[in-house]
Amino acid sequence: MVLITGYVKMNGTEINIKKTGFLKEYFGTIFTSLSSLLTGMKLTGYYFIHPNKIITEQYPDNRATLKMAERFRGEVTLPHNENNEHRCNGCQSCEIACPNGSIKIVTKHEISEDGKKKKRIDTWVYHLEMCTFCNLCIEACPSKAIVMGKKFEHSVYDKSQLVKILNKPGSKVMKEAEE
Amino acid sequence: MQMTRKPSDITTDAKSGEVLHHEGEFIINMGPQHPATHGVLHLKIWLEGETIKKIEPHLGYIHRGIEKMCERLSYRQFIFSTSRMDYLSAHINNQACALAVEKALGLEVPPRAKAIRIILAELTRIASHELWWACSGLDLGGVTPFFYAFREREAINDIMEETCGARLTQNFIVPGGVMSDLHHNFQKRVKRVLTQIKDNLHEYDEILTGNIIFQNRLKEVGYLSREDAISYGCTGPAARGSGLSCDIRKLYPYDGYEKLDFDEIIFNEGDCWARYRVRMAEILQSVHIIEQLIDSIPDGEFQAKTKNVIKLPKGQFYQRVETARGELGVFIVSDGAATPYRCKFRSPNFSNLSAIPQMAQGAKIGDLVAIMATVDLVIPDIDR
Amino acid sequence: MEKLHLLFVFSFSWLASHLNMWLRTGIGNSFLLLVTEMLIAGISLLAFLVILCFFLGYMERKVAAFMEIRLGPNRVGPKGSLQIVADTVKLLFKEGLTPDGSDKFLFNLAPFVVVVTSMLAIAPLAFARDFQLWDVNIGIFYVTSISSMAVIGILMAGWSSSNKYSLIGAMRSGAQIVSYELSIGLSLISIVILSGSLRLSDIIQSQANGWWIFKGHIPVLISFIIFIIASTAEINRAPFDLTEAEQELTGGFHTEYAGMKFAMFLLSEYINLFIVSAIAATIFLGGWMPFHIGNLTGFNHAMDYIPSSLWFFGKTFFIIFIIMWFRWTFPRLRIDQLLNLEWKYLLPISMGNTLLVSAMAVFGWYL
Repeated sequence: MVLITGYVKMNGTEINIKKTGFLKEYFGTIFTSLSSLLTGMKLTGYYFIHPNKIITEQYPDNRATLKMAERFRGEVTLPHNENNEHRCNGCQSCEIACPNGSIKIVTKHEISEDGKKKKRIDTWVYHLEMCTFCNLCIEACPSKAIVMGKKFEHSVYDKSQLVKILNKPGSKVMKEAEE
Repeated sequence: MQMTRKPSDITTDAKSGEVLHHEGEFIINMGPQHPATHGVLHLKIWLEGETIKKIEPHLGYIHRGIEKMCERLSYRQFIFSTSRMDYLSAHINNQACALAVEKALGLEVPPRAKAIRIILAELTRIASHELWWACSGLDLGGVTPFFYAFREREAINDIMEETCGARLTQNFIVPGGVMSDLHHNFQKRVKRVLTQIKDNLHEYDEILTGNIIFQNRLKEVGYLSREDAISYGCTGPAARGSGLSCDIRKLYPYDGYEKLDFDEIIFNEGDCWARYRVRMAEILQSVHIIEQLIDSIPDGEFQAKTKNVIKLPKGQFYQRVETARGELGVFIVSDGAATPYRCKFRSPNFSNLSAIPQMAQGAKIGDLVAIMATVDLVIPDIDR
Repeated sequence: MEKLHLLFVFSFSWLASHLNMWLRTGIGNSFLLLVTEMLIAGISLLAFLVILCFFLGYMERKVAAFMEIRLGPNRVGPKGSLQIVADTVKLLFKEGLTPDGSDKFLFNLAPFVVVVTSMLAIAPLAFARDFQLWDVNIGIFYVTSISSMAVIGILMAGWSSSNKYSLIGAMRSGAQIVSYELSIGLSLISIVILSGSLRLSDIIQSQANGWWIFKGHIPVLISFIIFIIASTAEINRAPFDLTEAEQELTGGFHTEYAGMKFAMFLLSEYINLFIVSAIAATIFLGGWMPFHIGNLTGFNHAMDYIPSSLWFFGKTFFIIFIIMWFRWTFPRLRIDQLLNLEWKYLLPISMGNTLLVSAMAVFGWYL
């Protein structure tokens, strides 16, 4: 018994007409279908009995051992050394480089010992809520004063808590980073 | 079954006289919140029973005005915003912008930077195709494949995190090269990921590609002819499944693709199954491209010297690249200032979406899901 | 030996007969006695079903998780076992919203109809040796007719929600259940032919010298496979979950349900899962009958020491696991493919198979 089976595509042109024995094709379809289904079941079954293949990261539990990548961009930080000194001399390159205005640097003028007027930072305002972690400020900084921090758990209950002042109170600029 | 209609069966709008729907048809709104639209796409569907009569896509739910935003950003800054268009090929979008700026400046990019860009772009493409594979399985009702694909995608994302600092919106490309040199683990980890992908690809075939239910859901569904693909402006795997040669990496090579050995995958069937196979084969092609480069990354600078403030000469500049979903074009009109006068992105998903009503003519609701899965829409790229 | 005797407690027949005797001494009136016994049976059945659903929910999540190379629930309770309790408490506190424009009476009635119809089918099941609620002489007929009533609740829910997604889901369910009924009936009939009885206890007794799946050779194996496939479709589980098809219909017939009313649908899904697996275990795998091999008396005696309830639940959970395995491996079918599968493959094959089985029964081609 030979039956013509074929299908017609939606635009009306016939593309695939094949002649096979009806019974052969019918049972062949059943056989290939069942074997394809069993192949899939074999794979899921394999993983079911191999719990050591589980890849889930146990996030809140592994906090102590969690190590972020070296270049991970978590937040902009202004590192201070032990003498409460940072490297920012208030050139505002980062403020200009920032595409969405997350950085606002308020400067002031200080009179140094030799009587010269010098530009110094007053407050280094960082809007974490607007930051897209694009790294352009870090690239722009001529004195390498700011770096990307590794902290990533930034959730807070109020948006205002995300506005950060990065320079610590009473901090000074390092000698070698001046100008 | 088309029945003859009486005039009383047609509901028209009282003011405009526009035909709203016929008797026996009903309209469902798929989206903006729907599990299968992968975002805030809104499809208005006219149904007769289970059969789709007409589809009308409604856009604009995630329009952020990226093109307008770019007009006030400098040429260094506007690159980051394109990561938010097609977020699955963020790196390739950034590459397109940087290439456009470099083309305008006539800037020669160091060979090391070019190699890094290509490796990262192909990794992005693999990651994007992995996510597409995961989601197309999910859309057709199989949840398990999702996790198998994410295993490999996570490994790629870890590499991105290590070298670029971010997993998804890398912003690693700057005009003239890349932001920083490769991480010292990069080559080792990429090789490990490539072996992992090649070792695990057979699992993909076992659980989904070879599965008879999955094949039947895709075969002869969502037919798009070559002519329609051209007239709708489809690009990428969606068009290559219809036999249209449109791989920008082959036709208009950039960043040194011309020196690499890879095939443009073309299938002529034009159905969902062809589009599916195009993407599966492209994963292997991308692996092949990375393998050629990973051991022979040229030494040298990773970034060409550029001025602090980049100003493009007056004129219009266009650069196209092949993202994971098709052709992305960046069109910049410059008046000589430090910011673009006008910036236009030709996004692949917008054109691909416009072909969906054609593909879904006479299909079932379940088929529409399969069509959207294989066209692989990213909604933020449609609206921008 | 004492410990072994203790194990027989799990066979329940001891418990049932002692309870009956104790009540008989307490309550003289036979009508009151019947009512009390019914109440006890009903309450214990309800409690059993709730615990069963908690367990099945947990099992499904864990099975899914391990197949998807992840851990699954592991926060609430030991190894996450109380997660489903936490979810139930959450559902209890959620607002049971009835949408505007819905048929409010039918909308609120539908979850109960669905649950009640699935609970009804549990009556003739034999959980252990001599432990059966209602050994009706038309057991299989009763089960098949009750299970086809489930579609009424689903249609009710889909229609009354006044939501087009729900309506499509309900209509799909109608087409699906009506079609797959046929294959289920035919595959059950093959065992009815072989054992010569509709009564479930008779069918179990007929397997004392070997389960039908071993005695009946290939035709019964085919019936078994068809029964598993068709019953997966009957209870609307993946890959046949077109009625709720999340990616197409956002939830199908229960799109509009929330809170406890939604939990009812979940409850009925798990009860149905248990029932079809229990039926398959009873009909094809011998119910509570222990596994015996020919004349190996020592082995057979050892098998007899395993309580009959454990045999029953072991077999049932084995089939439940297989159905879960389906769900977490396969993608979903399309509606026309679903009907093709039934009308072009399952139905003709099971018809031919019934013919074979009848021949077997007539010529006595089984052990």
